[in-house]
Amino acid sequence: MSSNLANAGEQPAYNYDIVRKFAVMTVVWGVVGMAVGVLIASQLAWPALNDLLQPFSHFGRLRPLHTNAVIFAFGGCALFATSYYVVQRTCQAPLFGGFLVPFTFWGWQLVILCAAITLPLGMTSSKEYAELEWPIDILITLVWVAYGIVFFGTIVKRKTSHIYVANWFFGSFILTIAVLHVVNSAAIPVTMTKSYSAYAGAMDAMIQWWYGHNAVGFFLTAGFLGIMYYFVPKQAERPVFSYRLSIIHFWALVSIYIWAGPHHLHYTALPDWTQGLGMVMSLILLAPSWGGMINGIMTLSGAWHKLRTDPTLRFLVVSLSFYGMSTFEGPMMSIKTVNALSHYTDWTVGHVHSGALGWVAMVSIGALYHLIPALLGRKEMWSVKLVNLHFWMATIGTVLYIASMWVNGILQGLMWRAFNADGTLTYSFVSSVEASYPGHYVRVLGGFIFFSGMLFMAFNTYRTFAAEKDANASAQPQSA
Amino acid sequence: MDINDWRGISTAFLMFAFIATWIWLWSSKRKKGFDEAANLPFADEEKHMNSSVDDARSRDGE
Repeated sequence: MSSNLANAGEQPAYNYDIVRKFAVMTVVWGVVGMAVGVLIASQLAWPALNDLLQPFSHFGRLRPLHTNAVIFAFGGCALFATSYYVVQRTCQAPLFGGFLVPFTFWGWQLVILCAAITLPLGMTSSKEYAELEWPIDILITLVWVAYGIVFFGTIVKRKTSHIYVANWFFGSFILTIAVLHVVNSAAIPVTMTKSYSAYAGAMDAMIQWWYGHNAVGFFLTAGFLGIMYYFVPKQAERPVFSYRLSIIHFWALVSIYIWAGPHHLHYTALPDWTQGLGMVMSLILLAPSWGGMINGIMTLSGAWHKLRTDPTLRFLVVSLSFYGMSTFEGPMMSIKTVNALSHYTDWTVGHVHSGALGWVAMVSIGALYHLIPALLGRKEMWSVKLVNLHFWMATIGTVLYIASMWVNGILQGLMWRAFNADGTLTYSFVSSVEASYPGHYVRVLGGFIFFSGMLFMAFNTYRTFAAEKDANASAQPQSA
Repeated sequence: MDINDWRGISTAFLMFAFIATWIWLWSSKRKKGFDEAANLPFADEEKHMNSSVDDARSRDGE
């Protein structure tokens, strides 16, 4: 193997149009999803906000709208955009699949639109992160199969001998999500808008959390690690710290993650040995997670000075720090005795957002700040100062959010388990709710700061596209 | 053979697979290939940019 270059010096014609579409929608859905997040956080601080437009504005209906919007609309579009970009550039081949490529875009937007309509109407299968009813589930399956054909078809067509590690992560994410979605969404339809799970009892719960935790493991982790393995080296302008470690990272992560689901069901009707297995596998998961984090951060070795001047790189590196923090916190919370304190409290919510805001959103934002100028043939965004401002808002917002939830979570856990000498509970549930108000206010503040940062990103993205349009228009010769 | 034998065998197999992967990865024969793979994000840039930085970008197994 003398070279990875198939046709020396000449780039094949990549399909950037689809990447651009998904990149823009990532920003749009990020703003929408996080706005709903700020609204429902405010509802917990000021319950009267539930009554804006009952029953559609009720927390119980808007909460799945928030999770679906940020995970599948914002995160999903980020993954489509980056995976389509990375697979083309590292395989040196344009996207395979013809009409299937635009179908994945319009199909996915239609799924999001259906979610935005049906969830506030109260149509739900009630499975967490899989609330959408069966006709939408079928549409998701179709889009996902098309995604798989496009992605793996491009890999088959590649002009390079190796399949770059980022594509392994993207590929495992696409494949696993297909399996998880089809198995967990199996249901008996009753009407067009109502169905019942094909499973019953403890088995239904186990399948739900096998799905739920691997949505975290493969959608929110493996997919975004694919982003990390391309965009961190690219932005730091040096190859990944250790390619060998990245291969160990990949195989260890995918083979262990799939077992961790039972830690969502500690002290339930799930068999005890299953809970123990889930806990042990979750603890082992620390090793590959940190291996990957170290691999990403050490890629900067010898280039640390770039962090001083490059806010995009700062987004990527700080996202890895949050990834390291949440993948330490996760195994710790999966220990049964720790879980006895943390489960059902705000600590869980804080842990999720440490991963969702700190890792998933920040790595996506960093990748987009690299991607958007690259797609337009520019050196950088319209305003690097705004990128820097966004970085600080995102960091401060995340820290406020997770710190307030730690305090609330431990407070709630301790109040719920406090007993009097005669065996009665020291506190009523509602007194723990009352004690949680200060934390809920801080969370609204943190979430609002993070959301406002996204508005700056939307503005910056708009100006970057507009500046490019102007440049193109003035480059055109005037017609006589 | 009962299920516990299978549990033992599968654990031993995974342990073997894990160690075998490490040995396979760190074989010096494969260093060049991995260096090439690690540089794939930069491989489709302009040819002249590529050749000037290729040597500086070899890192694994230093």
